[in-house]
Amino acid sequence: MAAPPPARSRRRRRLSPGLRAAAPVLALLAFGFAAPLATVAAMSVSPPGSFAPAPGPDLQAWARLVDPAGGLPGSFAVTLGLAAATVAALLAICLPLAHALVHLFGRWSGLVSTLFVFPLFVSENVRLYGWALVLLKNGLLDGTMKALGLGPGPDWLFTPAITLAGMIYVHLPFMLFPVVLGLSLVPRETVEAARDLGASRARIWAEIVLPLASPGILIGMLLTFTLAAGALAEARILGGQSVIPVAQEIETAFSYAQDWPGGAAMALALVLITGALALALLAAIDLDRLLGRRR
Amino acid sequence: MTEGGPAAPAPVLELRGLVKGFDGIPVIRGIDLAIREGEFLSVVGPSGSGKSTLLRLLAGLERPDAGEILLRERVMTCLTPQERPTCLVFQSLALFPHKSVGGNIEFPLKVRGVPGRARRDRARALMALVQLDPAYYRRNIRALSGGERQRVALARALAYDPEVLFFDEPLSALDQRLRRSLGAELAALQRATGKTFVYITHALDEAMGMSHRIAVLNAGRIAQIGTPDELYAQPVDRFVAETFGALNVIALTRDAGGWHEDGWRPVLPPDAQIAGEAAVAMIRPEALRLLGPGETAANRLEAEVMSDRGLGAHHRLELRARGRVWLLDLPRGVPRPAPGATVALGWDPADTILRAR
Repeated sequence: MAAPPPARSRRRRRLSPGLRAAAPVLALLAFGFAAPLATVAAMSVSPPGSFAPAPGPDLQAWARLVDPAGGLPGSFAVTLGLAAATVAALLAICLPLAHALVHLFGRWSGLVSTLFVFPLFVSENVRLYGWALVLLKNGLLDGTMKALGLGPGPDWLFTPAITLAGMIYVHLPFMLFPVVLGLSLVPRETVEAARDLGASRARIWAEIVLPLASPGILIGMLLTFTLAAGALAEARILGGQSVIPVAQEIETAFSYAQDWPGGAAMALALVLITGALALALLAAIDLDRLLGRRR
Repeated sequence: MTEGGPAAPAPVLELRGLVKGFDGIPVIRGIDLAIREGEFLSVVGPSGSGKSTLLRLLAGLERPDAGEILLRERVMTCLTPQERPTCLVFQSLALFPHKSVGGNIEFPLKVRGVPGRARRDRARALMALVQLDPAYYRRNIRALSGGERQRVALARALAYDPEVLFFDEPLSALDQRLRRSLGAELAALQRATGKTFVYITHALDEAMGMSHRIAVLNAGRIAQIGTPDELYAQPVDRFVAETFGALNVIALTRDAGGWHEDGWRPVLPPDAQIAGEAAVAMIRPEALRLLGPGETAANRLEAEVMSDRGLGAHHRLELRARGRVWLLDLPRGVPRPAPGATVALGWDPADTILRAR
């Protein structure tokens, strides 16, 4: 028996090609995601008043999180409720629109899609301040109506409703494009076959289109929910102080309140909630199918 | 197949002057067709002849620009696919990939509100009919082979219990051997159920074995309809004749002395009555003979053997005569001249198909 060539034993100690290809992104994620998250986690169990992770787990920050008297559970409920409402409204808006983009607009689809992407080139804050200028007292709407003798304009600014409207508007592209992708995954002939077999429009949507488009729809829901749960600008610019989302509380905790453990606990709780949701949804999605790698 | 199939006087499906175009380009240019109750009718045509469009019109997935479709003498031109008692088996099969085999087959029953238990029983009976293993009931569509998917699509269409079944080349994606055996099964199933089948294909060999009648589609019109034998022996024109296999074609023009090709006057069938000044004489490769020494034929040409290819049941010789290539088929086992040899080829006027050009 000859001894195995030395080259072979050396190769065995090397990383697999997959791991080598992933090395740069692993390094980036280790420094950019895992390390800060670990720091935040350590910070959240540090005693009140500390400005660096301190030893000895101290659960006061977490206790305040679930203390009904502190108002934080309510803030979480409002944030998640607003995010859920945003997702629901976006589904109602984007499903018909995406259907039209895929099947009805024909050669106009490209132009319409571009128009929906366009607002993304303008900063979100600028767009929201635009809304505020329109809705402000003596702003564009109110001022114009007064000038025309139609009385004062509607008092919409600084309400929870306008906050929700702003969130729906800002996150629309993030729902629309995954849903378009999902709907275009539905083979046209399966829909025709269902019609041919006698199925009504409603049944075709429920039994054929939505299940087959679900990867795209679920990704759209996940994306918009996560973004909406972390949104800050809509509530601040449009909502005034009528709604205080968790993101705002976190910012306050780290700045004016000088309560780093509290902010860290809130941030981590938000990450855990959206993370759990993401894992649950991603488990249900056939990502391979969405990316066109059918088995 | 049997001559003519069922001889039913009233057609189950009738097309009258059907016309359809897309973006101003005509695809179906006026089709009149009476489909008989219980027959297996194949529509054969090359790509772009309008086959699939015709089927989509029949299924209601497209609206005709003009003309009418009648089912048992009732107009159904404007009915939606849902309202038509017909069912289409797509070329892609269009199975529901997220549903099981059972879920696919039961879909039309579910639509009709058939209760779960009865649905399952019916699905299992249909699976037996199309020879699908009952163990496949819960299986995912994606786990099935091409031939098995075919059977699921057929069972699903039968579950709808249509009066007429349409097929859009469903076998075309399968390999040759499977195609042949599934084709035979399909024909047997049609005979067993007595349902009317309209089968669209570009593969004539497929249609020949299954059909009572074949309609040949050419550029959006029906060139000819008849039994496979009729179409083979009496094609109405060169297109139909060529659809049914290779041909030797002589382009003829008329002068005072009758039909000729550059002065050469082949002997033609005596009853040939062609109007106009141009015609084609067509002779099938198997109708050409090699003439032995002393043998005579009404038509005789000196030719040189160029090539000899074995095509299974017969050999095809390419011969050069009168400055062009002639095809001649010899049965297997018959002695063949070597390439380069000079031979005499001949044929009977009766084997000549003479048609206007």
